[in-house]
Amino acid sequence: MNISVGISDWKISKPPDVLVTYALGSCVGICLYDKTKLIGGLSHIMLPDSKNCGDGLATNRMKFADTAIPDMFGKMLSMGALRANVTAKIAGGAVMFNVATDRFNIGERNVAAVKAALGALGIRVIAQDVGLNYGRTVFFYPESGAVKIKSTTKGEVGI
Amino acid sequence: MLEKYEDLNEMHLDVLKEIGNIGSGNASTALSAMIGREIAIHMPSIKILGFQEAIENNGSPEDVVAAVLVRLKGEVSGMILLLVEHEFAEHVLNVFFGEQEIDLLQLNDNDISALTEVGNIMGSSYVSAIAQLTGLEIGVETPSFAADMLGAIMSVPVIEFGAVGDKLLCIDKTIEIDGIRMKSNMMLIPTVDSLSNLFGKLGVDA
Repeated sequence: MNISVGISDWKISKPPDVLVTYALGSCVGICLYDKTKLIGGLSHIMLPDSKNCGDGLATNRMKFADTAIPDMFGKMLSMGALRANVTAKIAGGAVMFNVATDRFNIGERNVAAVKAALGALGIRVIAQDVGLNYGRTVFFYPESGAVKIKSTTKGEVGI
Repeated sequence: MLEKYEDLNEMHLDVLKEIGNIGSGNASTALSAMIGREIAIHMPSIKILGFQEAIENNGSPEDVVAAVLVRLKGEVSGMILLLVEHEFAEHVLNVFFGEQEIDLLQLNDNDISALTEVGNIMGSSYVSAIAQLTGLEIGVETPSFAADMLGAIMSVPVIEFGAVGDKLLCIDKTIEIDGIRMKSNMMLIPTVDSLSNLFGKLGVDA
């Protein structure tokens, strides 16, 4: 079964379910995986940092790289994943309109924040498909750890 | 002082609907003059949407659309996003360049310039109508174009407004050419701060 992960959301699953998040633009999809326990988590973050937002806004922890990733990782550990086994594959962080008008360069900042959050948890990024200027749909198969990226320009690519 | 879109009351929404009506009326007159075709628009709707809803309001996340993004500057900030589906784009481009079949993902530079200009003219006319109505100074920045999955396009407004809240305010409307319903959606997405400016000028308590 395909389990859909919306924008500002994360979900964890085990085989045979497949985690899917559609049409990432400047957002980033983070696939965390324990290949021995076959536990996979997919997070779809929108923004780098919860700390620059007002109190009320930071309550949606699934929105930010610095809160969503530790939360999802913690949940995976509580479900039996082993800290040392967990690796990451990441995708997204594009600039959808031209760079000149994207003064926030949010795609790039999202990718940097995701890597920082993963680094802080000691999680290695083993594959990535980030940046450039196109949208990406991510399929994540906890059965094998495979990640398939679908885009309008490049078709389907495995990472 | 308004702090979030959820604080808007019925009167605010009525005022925004009227702003959308006047703005989009002006925009479609401009489009009509530009392509020499009859344009009809539907009564605009005001929606306060969550992130996922903002995408799904316009179709499936993987639908391919063309989009022109026009950022506002001056006393109203935010953006106007024109979403153009295949049929609408083909109709407009046929007016400019003669009958041809198009693929939104394989547009040439002329096609992109023409569609960007459509977005620019419509965005500018929309904004000038609001400026006239309110006496506020509002300008537009250079428009930019993209053709890709709807969800990826919509991530741009969703992220920018996501930094200050969990909702988007969309004033949107559907456009028809020559009585054929071809879906093109024009959204005005103002920031919360700008709404206080707008209401202030119109004598509506914010």
